[in-house]
Amino acid sequence: MAIDVASDTVERAETTLFRRPRLTYGFWSWITTADHKKIGLMYGYTAFIFFLAGGIEALLLRIQLAGPDGAFLTAAEYNGLFTTHAVTMIFLFVMPISAAFFNYLLPLMIGARDVAFPRMNAVSFWIFLFGGLFIYSSLIFGTSPPPVGGSLPGGATDASILGSIPNSGWFIYAPNSGATYSPGTAVDYAALGLQILGVASLISAVNFIVTILNMRAKGMRLLRMPVFVWMTLVVALLLLFSLPIIAIALFMLTFDRQFGTLFFVAEAGGDPILWQHLFWLFGHPEVYILILPAMGIVSETLPVFSKKPLFGYPAVVFAGAAIAFLGFGVWAHHMFSSGIPTVAQAAFGLSTMTIAIPTGIKIFNWLGTVWGGRVRLTTPMLFSLGFVALFVIGGLSGVTHAVVPSDWQQTDTYYIVAHFHYVLFGGALFGLFAGIYYWFPKVWGRMYNEALGKWHFWLMFIGMNLTFGPMHWLGLQGMVRRTWVYPEEAGLGAGNFVVTVGAFVIAVGVLVFMINWSYSKRRGRVAPNDPWDARTLEWTIPSPTPEYNFAVEPTVTSLDDFWHLKYDEDGEGRAVRKEKADELVDDLIHSNGNPDHEIHLPAPSYFPFIVGFGIMLIAYGIMYHTRPYGIPLLVAGAFLTVGALVAWGSEPLEEVHDEDHGDRGGDLDGEDEAAEPALSEGDV
Amino acid sequence: MERRERPILRLSRRLPVALLTAILLGSCGRVEQPLNSFDSQGPIAERINDLFWPVFWGAAVIFVLVQGALLVAVFLFRERKGKERPEPKQIAGNTRLELIWTVVPTIILAAIAVPTISTLFDLAECPRGAMEVEVIGHQWWFEFRYPDSGVVTANVMVIPEDTEVCAKMTSEDVLHNFWIPKLAGKRYLVPGQETEQRLYADDPGEYWGHCAEFCGLSHARMRARVVAMTRTDYDAWTANQLLPAIPPEPGSEAERGMEVFLGGACIGCHIIDGVNNPDPETLTVPAPDLTHFASRGVYAGATLPAQLDPTSADWEAGLRLWLADPPTWKPGSFMPELGLTADEIDALVAYLSTLE
Repeated sequence: MAIDVASDTVERAETTLFRRPRLTYGFWSWITTADHKKIGLMYGYTAFIFFLAGGIEALLLRIQLAGPDGAFLTAAEYNGLFTTHAVTMIFLFVMPISAAFFNYLLPLMIGARDVAFPRMNAVSFWIFLFGGLFIYSSLIFGTSPPPVGGSLPGGATDASILGSIPNSGWFIYAPNSGATYSPGTAVDYAALGLQILGVASLISAVNFIVTILNMRAKGMRLLRMPVFVWMTLVVALLLLFSLPIIAIALFMLTFDRQFGTLFFVAEAGGDPILWQHLFWLFGHPEVYILILPAMGIVSETLPVFSKKPLFGYPAVVFAGAAIAFLGFGVWAHHMFSSGIPTVAQAAFGLSTMTIAIPTGIKIFNWLGTVWGGRVRLTTPMLFSLGFVALFVIGGLSGVTHAVVPSDWQQTDTYYIVAHFHYVLFGGALFGLFAGIYYWFPKVWGRMYNEALGKWHFWLMFIGMNLTFGPMHWLGLQGMVRRTWVYPEEAGLGAGNFVVTVGAFVIAVGVLVFMINWSYSKRRGRVAPNDPWDARTLEWTIPSPTPEYNFAVEPTVTSLDDFWHLKYDEDGEGRAVRKEKADELVDDLIHSNGNPDHEIHLPAPSYFPFIVGFGIMLIAYGIMYHTRPYGIPLLVAGAFLTVGALVAWGSEPLEEVHDEDHGDRGGDLDGEDEAAEPALSEGDV
Repeated sequence: MERRERPILRLSRRLPVALLTAILLGSCGRVEQPLNSFDSQGPIAERINDLFWPVFWGAAVIFVLVQGALLVAVFLFRERKGKERPEPKQIAGNTRLELIWTVVPTIILAAIAVPTISTLFDLAECPRGAMEVEVIGHQWWFEFRYPDSGVVTANVMVIPEDTEVCAKMTSEDVLHNFWIPKLAGKRYLVPGQETEQRLYADDPGEYWGHCAEFCGLSHARMRARVVAMTRTDYDAWTANQLLPAIPPEPGSEAERGMEVFLGGACIGCHIIDGVNNPDPETLTVPAPDLTHFASRGVYAGATLPAQLDPTSADWEAGLRLWLADPPTWKPGSFMPELGLTADEIDALVAYLSTLE
């Protein structure tokens, strides 16, 4: 697919006043970069910092709950921390760290030089970053007085610092999230912050879809794509269809809170249950948005470390797509006790059960992949196996939620907390750590420390089960969610103590990981280019990845093309390494690392950063529109955003060239030739 | 000769044992757990458990099979130092296996679906002729109204044993969720809507409940009790609840307490039948009817005192604490700190304890 914009841009380039930044190193190079790898790293580091924040929040919660009648936190602080823990882990950690993987790896795995819209990629990062900062700025600016008419201890008029962060649950249920019951700005920070983050995700979803559909290497048909790329596509489609729903819901909530509309105000005939439908119609696909990237990752690592192709590749791909599709039809299982009609409960119970089928298919195929293989128990493999083991537990407890009457007992208790942490911590997080270790040598050109990696795994695995295992029992024994204290007479103290111990074991595991990461990326053993004997295109280039990714555009003739370069099969079907395999690999990597011509790359730009900043100002402006500085903030933000977008549109190409535009991989941004080698005209 | 263990080693051996004991203690129900849903005390909760356990054991079998297969695969096929495994056969899939692990789970799920749906339809809606009790959620307490008799009470719902009870529920403010784990599952209280919850207690007894939906600042302080009585006791209870409050003895501490009640901010929100009878609509904030306060045993959203024994010292101590400073116990409380003197609190406690 080609969009020929050359003549047009050349003309504009001559008349424009804007010059593009050209820094390749230093602080400003990161601010202005449009390189998918740099953006991926920024996503990763930002997400990890938020992960630490969310983790500290979790530890504070666990200290409070270590024994009955805890007095470490106040009610307001506890409510703020449990809400912000969830918002952070879901929107500021798992989603963006998945985006980090997508950004860094997607172009490499499909043999492209960048994503379709490099500057849009940058803008989605900056919007995400400013959205996250916006939410966390509630620590400083947020307010949370008691509900209208209520009083706080000691006659206080506002909650403490930790009590004034978003505090009505990540689900922001109406009407508790309305202006009467949650005055102050704490909830606005959540509602507007999530809106900003949604914009970021929506932009990157479009970008990834276009990239995958248009910029694959020659010969890489859809069913030759690595499963990780497939899952990226599925996640991007899920985002594309589910985010508009929450965007609408958040607008309705914001209008209720700021401008006096009555969508969810029961006294005026509004419907609080409508919020739940809208929220979960987004919220359940969101669950798959969180887990499918990890499923994609382990579908890459299990074959590599078993030295076998993925068992049932088409089944795994279609199961992933089926999960995503069915994921839109199960939302009301979050609402079985909310008074929805009995027939609806039955229907959603059944639809929820069906989703277990494709999930099971995936698990059995992963088992089939490992079975009979040559299993190397490296750290990424341990995390992948841990993923499968823990995800099975989460999946099985998920089936018990579909047993509707049983869910009436389970819902809103720690049984649910246990379930989704097995899925999202045991599942998503273990899968993501598998990916971090697996691609570590690709990113840094050095190996991580295997011993520390294994310590990390076992600490996390044991800690995770200590933390979330007992919660199953605690929940059904009466531990209600979102309560800052539980009475001694409830008899839940012992189990809760174990949970708190487990949480600290996890924390130690994370510390070990941080040590390993920061040490190994500078001092680790220098990694060979193909350290795992891998199967996919990202290992056919030098490590760390050169700026241009591939000097020679790859051509693909089969699934796992790189593997078939190295291996034949004997009469029995066993893998036999080709005699010349090492030579072939070295040659390939050498030619990929030594371009014989200058490769044109997406030029940096200031404007994505400015757009992100402007959108944050708009959100402040909306929130404070009744204050004297509100409207000026709104106007300034709108001016920056629109101005930056206009300037972005009129930005010149870095290089003016009129070479032929290839039939594939043309930059749809109208910006440059991301995937097409173009001869340089020299400095412009 | 015995070697002395280093303390850290000793700890590392003992900690797992201690943890395991804690888990077992926590999970085997040896500790009294009044909110334990496994300990069903009526047919509704029991049917839910009857549905849960077969599914649980089925899941346990699948768990063992899948995790077992995973462990076996790892142990059989792992590479060890000095013991290189041959290159594996490159098997990309197997249609028959794919079919098996698609069809078998489908059958298992269908087998779960049938009892799920039938139990769901049996339990979801109240049968005809059930005794109705209105449940109204407030931040942060439950109100109970008996349309048949006209009784109005709070925090403690009294029901006759062996009787089908239908809670007709709604909320005055935000979402709440009425959960009596030993008797039934959960159902929301939704402002502007009416929901139903079936309740049935086999025997007289006291069953704990908790608001299960996050309902704001003091969600943790919103509990409830259901007290099931024999039919005779229940009738007596109803008759007593319909009486106006017992007048305090002239000149007693209790009478002084009544004067404090009438002279202070209390009457802005609370009603004691026979003492102040305002139109409930004129109250600033709806608050529990105190006419038979002492008969309930618990107060402050059924979170005080710990024991259900009006004569225990805890009952008085808790009440003093509550009257002196409600927002500290229940942050966000609509009962503010009233600045009562110790003397006034003494009088109020004396008065309230007479309101049987």
